[in-house]
Amino acid sequence: MQDIKITAKNVQVHYGDTHAIKDVSVDIQDNTVTAFIGPSGCGKSTFLRCLNRMNDTIDICRVDGDIRLDGEDIYDKRVDPVQLRAKVGMVFQKPNPFPKSIYDNIAYGPRIHGLARNKADLDEIVEKSLRRGAIWDEVKDRLHAPGTGLSGGQQQRLCIARAIATEPEVLLMDEPCSALDPIATAQVEELIDELRQNFSVVIVTHSMQQAARVSQKTAFFHLGNLVEYGETDRIFTNPTDPRTESYITGRIG
Amino acid sequence: MSAFWLLVIILALAVLGFVLGRARALASVGGDRRKLHSLPSFYGYNVAMLALVPALLVLCLWVILQPIVIHASVAGAIPETHYESSGQLNLVMSDVARVAEGLDEMVRQNVMTREGIAALDADSTDLRAQLAQVGVALGGEVSPTILSAAQALRARSETGTLALTVVVLIIAAGGFLFALRSSTGDFRARNRVESGVKLLLIGAASLAILTTIGIVLSLVFNTINFFGMFPMTDFLFGTVWSPEGRGGSEHLGILPLLWGTLYISLVALLVAVPIGLFAAIYLAEYAGKTTRAVAKPLLEVLAGIPTIVYGLFALTVVGPMLVGVFGADGLGWMQGARSVMTAGLVMGIMLIPFVSSLSDDIINAVPQTMRDGSYGLGATQSETVRQVVLPAALPGIVGAVLLAASRAIGETMIVVMGAGAAARLDLNPFAAMTTVTAKIVSQLTGDSDFASPEALVAFALGMTLFILTLGLNVLALYIVRKYREQYE
Ligand SMILES: Nc1ncnc2c1ncn2[C@@H]1O[C@H](COP(=O)(O)OP(=O)(O)OP(=O)(O)O)[C@@H](O)[C@H]1O
Ligand SMILES: [Mg+2]
Repeated sequence: MQDIKITAKNVQVHYGDTHAIKDVSVDIQDNTVTAFIGPSGCGKSTFLRCLNRMNDTIDICRVDGDIRLDGEDIYDKRVDPVQLRAKVGMVFQKPNPFPKSIYDNIAYGPRIHGLARNKADLDEIVEKSLRRGAIWDEVKDRLHAPGTGLSGGQQQRLCIARAIATEPEVLLMDEPCSALDPIATAQVEELIDELRQNFSVVIVTHSMQQAARVSQKTAFFHLGNLVEYGETDRIFTNPTDPRTESYITGRIG
Repeated sequence: MSAFWLLVIILALAVLGFVLGRARALASVGGDRRKLHSLPSFYGYNVAMLALVPALLVLCLWVILQPIVIHASVAGAIPETHYESSGQLNLVMSDVARVAEGLDEMVRQNVMTREGIAALDADSTDLRAQLAQVGVALGGEVSPTILSAAQALRARSETGTLALTVVVLIIAAGGFLFALRSSTGDFRARNRVESGVKLLLIGAASLAILTTIGIVLSLVFNTINFFGMFPMTDFLFGTVWSPEGRGGSEHLGILPLLWGTLYISLVALLVAVPIGLFAAIYLAEYAGKTTRAVAKPLLEVLAGIPTIVYGLFALTVVGPMLVGVFGADGLGWMQGARSVMTAGLVMGIMLIPFVSSLSDDIINAVPQTMRDGSYGLGATQSETVRQVVLPAALPGIVGAVLLAASRAIGETMIVVMGAGAAARLDLNPFAAMTTVTAKIVSQLTGDSDFASPEALVAFALGMTLFILTLGLNVLALYIVRKYREQYE
């Protein structure tokens, strides 16, 4: 039995009058890959963003309920969202490189958190992150070219590399492979598997095969509800809820 | 017939053309509008357009050109013994125009017939008294030359107007008939109207461009004219500005003025850029919805204050305040209320909303996902602003600053009231100085002769300013445009 990293209880999210997440409770284990699946608009991204309080940046968004990281309420007043996000990193659905060089994109997190003692250290972090993000070979000769000049898939891997450069404890990935070719996808999946040794990873994906390949736990969302949550193998072979079954067999979604 | 009635007639013709064109097109297909190439009203528009537009164009051109042509021909007929310079010829011609006007008035009031006027002769009648009776007062007796010139002017104007009437009516009727005849079912009226609309738009655009070109050309020619009288190198590199000396002894060096302009603009930008930029950052990144809704319009009110009011503020509030601190009673650096600092500070205040509202728009245009990326890595708000938002917005902000700089360089009123009129090259920011714009004003106000170098220098100054601000604007637009491409 693995430790529980994040516990969410009775989470409700409202965007103004829209009720986007309805009473979701879920335990996310440490050293595990958890996949969120579900049809478009069902609230996967929204729930993911609750876990590192990214929803704070949206004015109209209201989060209720109880979310704990290592037993500590992350919506407590004493918790600094900035510290939290350093621990719970995020890769966004749309690649969003900064208008800086590739090197500075990766070095951004380590610099603001003081992770590198000197230039050589930083160089090492950058190289290691880019390698793990499966993009090192493509950019090693142009580390000082702007990150915005990369292709969509390259930008996505750059953002993955940027997120792991800060060494978070939990990595939230919102469709990290949506713009990647099979080779890069395989590399990213390998990375996810490797990250599992030290971190807990939550990944949103629209690919059933990917969820089945990389995750140990799967949560199926539908219209803001958490319909079913459990071992990935079980969800894909023997779902209990008829909605889960129709989704994974391709009848709704 | 007067131009006004001509206009009314061709307008009426156009309306009639619309109705007839539409009706004729419908009739040609037996009332079944589906068989027409275009909607019936397009046939109407086509006839109205051809009846109206060419005639209207000719009318406008004619009304503008006729007086110029007639004036020139009459002036050419005045013997050279009656004037020495072109200025005197102008005086004579204005007398001629006045007498001609008086003669018109006499005909209108039935004091005299047309034939009577043609037969007038300056020696036998007291024309001045007669003209006075109809309400046209003359400065002196009417000489035979002036009278005959006025008679010629009248006669030619009358012929011209008659010709105008005939020509315009022929063109209008021609267009009308031509378009009406072609208004049959398979005529592509819609396409014709479409090209007409296009021509209209092209016309409007070229008019705007031509006006600009005209202004620039007049600047250029007058500047060349000025450099014909005054050596260019003395103007560009002269360090003394003292135009009062008549003849060759004067100094019209632009450097002190340029220095004043740049110095005051620099002070203004030093005030406006940090305050405006910080205000914009606060409004765009930190302020809540309600604060923003109140603060932004308030800030923009600053932009609506006329510059003369800023000038007043400089002269009556800021200047005396500075004198209190830096004047004879304080640090002793400042002689009077007018100084570079006074004008610069106030101009800076004027530019704050300019910088802040442009920068605010630019900062808001930075995609939210970029900020999310930074927050997602655990950056604080100010780290995000400093390291992600501002670098992303930088080109746009630079553009905004350059636009503000070109406003500062072109500003006049605040300088006249706040900085004084002394042209000098000085480093002391508390000394009175003046700028290019302020000197253009002072060179052209007062009773200067417009053909002298003292007056023409204004054009050279204007040209310098124009080049300076044009350069800044082009640079700013270039930078802003480059920045836009990044997110598209
Ligand atoms: N910023 C926002 N403002 C208002 N409503 C929002 C906002 N973001 C999401 N929503 C709403 O919340 C609901 C859930 O959206 P969410 O982005 O979480 O869906 P998703 O499951 O990630 O979908 P996808 O698979 O398409 O990414 C949707 O109905 C959406 O319209
Ligand atoms: Mg999503």
